[in-house]
Amino acid sequence: MSMINYASREINCKLVYYGPGLGGKTTNLEHVYNKVAPGARGKMISLATETERTLFFDFLPVDLGTIGGFKTRFHLYTVPGQVYYNASRKLILKGVDGVVFVADSQIERMEANIEAMQNLYDNMAEHGYDLTRIPFIIQYNKRDLPNATPIADLQAALNPGWPVENPARQRPMPDPYHEGEFLIGRQVDGEWVERASYFEAVAVNGEGVFDTLKAVSKLVLKALG
Amino acid sequence: MSGASSWSLAESDHDRIVVLLTAFLRASNARTALLVDRAGQMVATAGEPPEFDPTTFASLAAADFSANDQLARLIGETEFGSLFHQGETASMYLADIARRVILVVLFDTRTTLGLVKLRVRGTVEDLSQVFSEMFARDGGVAPRVEQSFLGDAEDEIDKLFGE
Repeated sequence: MSMINYASREINCKLVYYGPGLGGKTTNLEHVYNKVAPGARGKMISLATETERTLFFDFLPVDLGTIGGFKTRFHLYTVPGQVYYNASRKLILKGVDGVVFVADSQIERMEANIEAMQNLYDNMAEHGYDLTRIPFIIQYNKRDLPNATPIADLQAALNPGWPVENPARQRPMPDPYHEGEFLIGRQVDGEWVERASYFEAVAVNGEGVFDTLKAVSKLVLKALG
Repeated sequence: MSGASSWSLAESDHDRIVVLLTAFLRASNARTALLVDRAGQMVATAGEPPEFDPTTFASLAAADFSANDQLARLIGETEFGSLFHQGETASMYLADIARRVILVVLFDTRTTLGLVKLRVRGTVEDLSQVFSEMFARDGGVAPRVEQSFLGDAEDEIDKLFGE
């Protein structure tokens, strides 16, 4: 729920990093915090347990600067990944403008990824939001680990696509980030499906973190226009 | 069903709100009044300028209010219409406005909780009226920015997040 404040000439947008526990959501925000110029970001707030697991959320405001006369700011949030924190996870989605799903590529985390993705769809629906209609990016994190699942398998399990029913949109849309792949494409059974953009990442050393953030930010601003 | 709706605050809305908040502060002797939306964004402030980071404050206040909303449901209430956090010298009183915005009142020993609660009631009603009118006027139609904004925005994103 972006707010355009004509009185203070400000636009604020809310981005939420979602995904299974220990998948790297907080690590994404920490990297952004460390790399963005201090003047362009606010204080990072972490409501975490003593063992540094996110209890409620992490929060990081980032200023994009003045665009078209409006001071534009993104509010980055993470949710707690652990299954039993669902109540707080749902609260953070309130008013969300864009979602990044941080998946853990390790093969043994596949089930946790699927569960978290289902939970994201459910919690969005409970707020009355449709994940297929808001800016949504998937990040496959921990690509450097030897037990990382191949991208094709992750895509099949977590990003199989949703049907494109509008005939006007039933035409191939190339994936700008992966040559030879399509965001909208026709399956062998003749059905048109649309997928979310995805990025590979090693958040712990920053790889892929800004590619993901840039892509979701652009989608969010495009949705304003 | 779609994404979260956007909304806009016009300068005239802001002026009306600040007039109401300023009158309330005078009547209650409270220090600062802030309006925060439920998604955690600061809408308006009146009174003594806050010394803290307002962005952080807004996100935490919204989370605080939302968490308490859920606690209310667990004990069989539909909501807690207001919350009170007591400190040694500074205290906070939070009240719901039209289910979309939260009024946060900061006050100290120059006044009392009783007086703040007494005076806030009318202000909550007036603000609820203002916000209900605002949301009815927008009619759920998301505000739009100009196309030129989008081109500039992409450049800014590339610059800021370029690593």
